[in-house]
Amino acid sequence: MESKVTTREKIISCFKDGQTIAIGGQTGHWMPERLIDCILESGARHLTVYSIDTSDPGVGIGRLIRAKVIDRIITTHVGTNPDTNAQIQAGTLQAEFSPIGSWIERIRCGGMGLGGVLTKTGLGTVVEEGKQLITANGQQYLLETALRADIAITRARRADPIGNLAYRGSTGRASHPIVATCGDLSIVECDHFCDLGEITPDEVEVPGMFVDMILV
Amino acid sequence: MDNRHFIARRAARYFHSGDVVNLGIGIPSLCGNYAESGVLFQTENGFIGVGATAQGIEISDRLFNAGGIPYLPALGGCAFDVAKSFGIIRSGRMAATVLGALQVSQHGDLANWATPDRAFGMGGAMDLVNGAKQVIVAMELCAKDGSPKLVKECTLPYTGRRCVDHIVTERCVIDVTPEGLVLSELRRGHSVEEICSAVEPPLIVSPELKEMEEDC
Repeated sequence: MESKVTTREKIISCFKDGQTIAIGGQTGHWMPERLIDCILESGARHLTVYSIDTSDPGVGIGRLIRAKVIDRIITTHVGTNPDTNAQIQAGTLQAEFSPIGSWIERIRCGGMGLGGVLTKTGLGTVVEEGKQLITANGQQYLLETALRADIAITRARRADPIGNLAYRGSTGRASHPIVATCGDLSIVECDHFCDLGEITPDEVEVPGMFVDMILV
Repeated sequence: MDNRHFIARRAARYFHSGDVVNLGIGIPSLCGNYAESGVLFQTENGFIGVGATAQGIEISDRLFNAGGIPYLPALGGCAFDVAKSFGIIRSGRMAATVLGALQVSQHGDLANWATPDRAFGMGGAMDLVNGAKQVIVAMELCAKDGSPKLVKECTLPYTGRRCVDHIVTERCVIDVTPEGLVLSELRRGHSVEEICSAVEPPLIVSPELKEMEEDC
């Protein structure tokens, strides 16, 4: 069976101007830092990014913010990174805010072949603006539509050659298992690379079929 | 005990053994120090059973809470991804959430995610106010410049409408009821008149107005 382990050079060559990139992780901890290095080295600009937050300045996705390679971001919170706010105020970064629960479901829909989800979250707030209100089972909901990315970059605790993934903890899981499914190309960096079978079937959280490339 | 801990201790009295509770960042995050035993804390990035925050000891970087603080897992803790985390929140399984506020209105509307010059994002707050059984605001009664945070109508973007149940401050506790805002507890050294003049909407003084508990 062919291994999905890919060279850094090949991964760097995947990133192009104008792409939409989904990034796993939260609060700047345990983000796919080596894959973020690859984006920076690729020189790709004018990116659209999906990320729960924008980390702290110069950390995690905060490094892409600082390098000014993102034009548009769909996120939930930017309060920990003043760089992000400065770029929003300057008009060089367009930000769309989504509640986390809706954001992650939009990503999940992108990965799971769904067009969107119905949620009550955001009713009566600006989140409602421009979205369809739908009545189902006698209750009113907002329609939140799917988010699909060109490339998803995530980090796993363990990966095997065919891309089966396992995680650890809250920070070490967060949005990673969901984000890993929403890209046309799913690239994962792993802390531990395992032999086939070393991650037992019951431990696999993301089946390898969702993963295209592994950075060991 | 400083005001922040005083507020957190009072807010924690709404939790009971067996409850699963979510704490926001800032004053709410301190509530964990004062809850009765058997209360389980959830962090949005995917864990139930968040124990003591860890200082000066070796801990896995896979265990940080949504505020970016490392914690020790409590016995019986469990980890999951963000989609499941917000499924738990939206589906009404969270006994309570404690959040900070920029403004609370007389109807129990909450604004806590954007100011005119800075949108930091709603993060998980919109899902929490929509899904948690009790929404407790833990905040200082007035803003740093002395202006009221308890207002007739919110002027800042809403996090949720008619969602707040209790407002715990360093001077009093105010309950949101169908009849209006009820002043139910007052701290020693403060008067009803002083509280009424520090807030915009009219307050109903509870016939069972209690004194807030001080340090034992």
